[in-house]
Amino acid sequence: MDRFNLNSQLEHLQSKYVGTGHADTNKFEWMVNQHRDSYASYIGHHSLISYFAVAQNESIARVKFEFVEKMLQPCGLPVPRDE
Amino acid sequence: MREAELEREEQRIIRELEKKKKEAEKKAKEATVEQATTQKKRRWDMETPVELKQTSEWSKADDESSVGKSRWDETPRASEDIGMDTPRKRSRWDVTPQVSAKKSRWDETPTHPVAQIGATPVGNLGLLTPTPGHLMPMTPEAQRWEKDLDARNRPLSDEELDAMFPSTGYKILDPPAGYVPIRTPARKLMATPTPMADGFVMLEEDRTQNYDLPAEIPGVGNLPFFKQEDMQHFGKLLEDKDESELSVEELKERKIMRLLLKIKNGTPPMRKTALRQITDKARDFGAGPLFNQILPLLMSQNLEDQERHLLVKVIDRILYKLDALVRPYVHKILVVIEPLLIDEDYFARCEGREIISNLSKAAGLPTMIATMRPDIDHVDEYVRNTTARAFSVVASAHGIPALLPFLKAVCKSKKSWQARHTGIKIVQQIAILMGCAVLPHLKNLVEAIAHGLEDEQQKVRTITALAIAALAEAAAPYGIESFDSVLKPLWTGIRKHRGKGLAAFLKAIGYIIPLMDAEYANYYTKEVMIILIREFQSPDEEMKKIVLKVVKQCAATDGVQPHYIKEEILPEFFKNFWVRRMALDRRNYRQVVETTVELAQKVGVTEIVGRIVEDLKDESEPYRKMVMETVEKVVSQLGAADIDTRLEEVLIDGILYAFQEQTVEDIVMLNGFGTVVNALGLRVKPYLQQITSTILWRLNNKSAKVRQQAADLISRIAVVMKTCGEEKLMGHLGVVLYEYLGEEYPEVLGSILGGLKSIVNVIGMSSMTPPIKDLLPRLTPILKNRHEKVQESCIDLVGRIADRGAEFVSAREWMRICFELLDMLKAHKKGIRRATVNTFGYIAKAIGPQDVLATLLNNLKVQERQNRVCTTVAIAIVAETCAPFTVLPALMNEYRVPELNVQNGVLKSLSFLFEYIGEMGKDYIYAVTPLLEDALMDRDLVHRQTACTTVKHMSLGVFGLGCEDALLHLLNYVWPNIFETSPHVINAVMEAIEGLRVALGPTTVLQYVLQGLFHPARKVREIYWKIYNNLYIGAQDALIPYYPRIEDDERNNYERYELSMWL
Repeated sequence: MDRFNLNSQLEHLQSKYVGTGHADTNKFEWMVNQHRDSYASYIGHHSLISYFAVAQNESIARVKFEFVEKMLQPCGLPVPRDE
Repeated sequence: MREAELEREEQRIIRELEKKKKEAEKKAKEATVEQATTQKKRRWDMETPVELKQTSEWSKADDESSVGKSRWDETPRASEDIGMDTPRKRSRWDVTPQVSAKKSRWDETPTHPVAQIGATPVGNLGLLTPTPGHLMPMTPEAQRWEKDLDARNRPLSDEELDAMFPSTGYKILDPPAGYVPIRTPARKLMATPTPMADGFVMLEEDRTQNYDLPAEIPGVGNLPFFKQEDMQHFGKLLEDKDESELSVEELKERKIMRLLLKIKNGTPPMRKTALRQITDKARDFGAGPLFNQILPLLMSQNLEDQERHLLVKVIDRILYKLDALVRPYVHKILVVIEPLLIDEDYFARCEGREIISNLSKAAGLPTMIATMRPDIDHVDEYVRNTTARAFSVVASAHGIPALLPFLKAVCKSKKSWQARHTGIKIVQQIAILMGCAVLPHLKNLVEAIAHGLEDEQQKVRTITALAIAALAEAAAPYGIESFDSVLKPLWTGIRKHRGKGLAAFLKAIGYIIPLMDAEYANYYTKEVMIILIREFQSPDEEMKKIVLKVVKQCAATDGVQPHYIKEEILPEFFKNFWVRRMALDRRNYRQVVETTVELAQKVGVTEIVGRIVEDLKDESEPYRKMVMETVEKVVSQLGAADIDTRLEEVLIDGILYAFQEQTVEDIVMLNGFGTVVNALGLRVKPYLQQITSTILWRLNNKSAKVRQQAADLISRIAVVMKTCGEEKLMGHLGVVLYEYLGEEYPEVLGSILGGLKSIVNVIGMSSMTPPIKDLLPRLTPILKNRHEKVQESCIDLVGRIADRGAEFVSAREWMRICFELLDMLKAHKKGIRRATVNTFGYIAKAIGPQDVLATLLNNLKVQERQNRVCTTVAIAIVAETCAPFTVLPALMNEYRVPELNVQNGVLKSLSFLFEYIGEMGKDYIYAVTPLLEDALMDRDLVHRQTACTTVKHMSLGVFGLGCEDALLHLLNYVWPNIFETSPHVINAVMEAIEGLRVALGPTTVLQYVLQGLFHPARKVREIYWKIYNNLYIGAQDALIPYYPRIEDDERNNYERYELSMWL
């Protein structure tokens, strides 16, 4: 197994997951992934979401819905990439 | 009694010796006669008359049995050599075929054609055009081989002879007075095909491998090899031409040629770059020039598998690049590739398919159809056959639906029956190639060919039936509804047709019946069975095979009732197929056995075994074998519960008879015996005495195979003997086997050891006879044996004893065995090495780890890597079995030896150690941490790599056990290594970080990673992101609360405000 092969194998594996990054990932992209992961995680942990619901005085279902909606553009419009 | 036996043995040996001697004499005589005949043909005798005398001297040596010279022949040496072991040695010489080959090289002229015609065809050495055409060997391999042989067999020169013989006592004779050299040119040509005018010249320097081939090709560099056949294609490269004078086309040609040569003959790196170049430039070169060179190369008959594979790869790659440009060459390529589809080599067929598939993707379906259409009704059947196969590949590349309209049209072609035949054949090939992938299109495919069953051309009807069979086989167990339309023609067909056509129809039915539900299957089976039973008597071999197959398929379906089989099928079946003649043909034999076993599944053991058991005593051996194999399969699948006392008696009797009467020792007999005995279990007790005496008798046989088989049988039936409570008998067998440990044939010795092992396993260490304390010292020298089977059985047995009965043997003996075991770590077979390493563990447990450990640590100094690796594993196992604290101090002390191998060995042992002990490691982490610190800071890469592996195993073992402080400390030493580039090291580092991620939690590692994710240097960012990605994949959810807080900027909002909510 040569060097390129070894690395490319791992990289190929990593690239199959959406949230992974690479040397050219910028702040915006990284943050978008973080936000999306966060919302997914909140929705997944029921205790968390009920906590948020109580804090905002909203129903659990609405909070959930809003989180899902927010996943679309969690950090606002994308930053143009400078080449 | 022993003495009598010895005497008998001696008599036998003497008799055999005499026989051998006579044989040798006869051989010698023959040899001289042959010499005499060859003498006439020799042309070179003029110059070297001594040689003749010399050869005859050699052959004379036979009768005199002079010690020095008879070495190469089989004549026994002087009489004092006749001891117990001589005859065996001799017979071993007889067995090995190579020896006789060697012999024939000495006393006869070589056996290949040219050499037979002219005794000494040396003249062609070093010449480009060697032998005249009609004498050319068929393949270049043979040519090369022959050249090599010629070089070794050339007549000896005067100087050589002078050097060989003593200066006194020999005389150089004059040639016979009447000798006249042959002048007739034709005959001369036969004998010495040499164009050299000035007679024979000895070409001394041509004894090397490379006769007349260049080592280096201009512009290509050094190739690992350049064969004679390559000259044909690549000869142009050798012409020394000024490149500036060549036209563009010629330059291109040379460039392609060089690249191809590099790909074909080059080293892997050369090949890689050349392949990349040729792919990148494929469009510049153009399809024409490329294929004009590749295709002839691929066509050359002497292409080796590897070379073909490489060329196929080239075509694959350039096809991608050329894409539509390839269209004009599709036909040319197909002509070359299609024959690959029917090659006998599986891989050749695969590669052929791959190319055609890529070609059809590059060229597109319309081009492919347009190109291959004319071949569909080609006059030559060969062309039609390959075309059909190629079409099936195209269908799999473009999908069946795309090809279906075309197929329908072809299958209905009015123009010629050949076209219809080919069309239907395409469907058959599609089914074979694509398997269950035909299911979605099954109905369409069946309908496209259904009318072929009633075609007026017999060949078309046959192929249609075969295609339907293939479709049904591919679709099984689904898709019966698609075959509705063909059921009727098939079943009426079997009444109308005879011969080959009928066979095909039956085959189709045989494959369709298993798809039906029980009720229909029963009905249709009854319909077809009448015909089948009629055809039982058919003399046609092909028909027989198909009938058997169909019976098997019918019997396997649910709907067919046992009583129906019993009454209707079995009588005729046994009458026609259980006859001696069927056992003679290998394929018939297999088919009969399979079908009978299938029938037995329905009707039970007794019905079948009862019918054939008498035949175990048949006089034909192959037939007995067939019976035995069937009995074995039936009994192993269905058990022996059905067999009543009477049958049981006859069965055992028959098996014993068949076993004893075999002339060729066959695994079938052994398996059959073992299976039946094991299936009968306790019921075999009354016969055990008899079986044992058979085994004992055969253990004493003079044929090695018989002895081996007898020993093997012991290991098969040991468990049953125990079940029957025959410990005493087993003890006896154990003693006998023990006495045979002097066995000389390794295969037999291995089996004897296996037999001993099975007995020891069953009756236990304490009741074993001979007692373990006698047995083990006898095994120690056998450990030195280099034969794999002996090694494996011996180490298994020794390991077993060390595990269960170590106390029977003194510690000193065990140490001696330890030393022997070190050598076994060199074994090629992994099983042996593993057994050895485990045995170290058992021995260490028995006699305490100190001595064993000292031996092993010393062994870390050896050079061989495999040996060291196994030693480290053994150390780890010793540590595991004797608790790590007994081993660690000595092991860590060893790390102070200033030697790379030893230190690495220690680290590796630690790595295995922590892997094996798992969570027990928590007590030892603090002890080894300083050592690991040192190793992780060492200059040597391997130190750091192995230390990282250790850290990985350690951290995974102690996860959740509160060793975070030590692990965090180690992480600080591991971390700087992330910038390593060597693949193994970086891998180990990444794994160590992964392990630490588990033990320390992802948060800790995240804090390290955050430092470098947005580092200004790309190299740094790259590796940090890689670690981040690993972290992310491993613990995505756990990271959520720990991401750093990023403030909003004027454009985007990055704050995760939810996390700041507070109640």
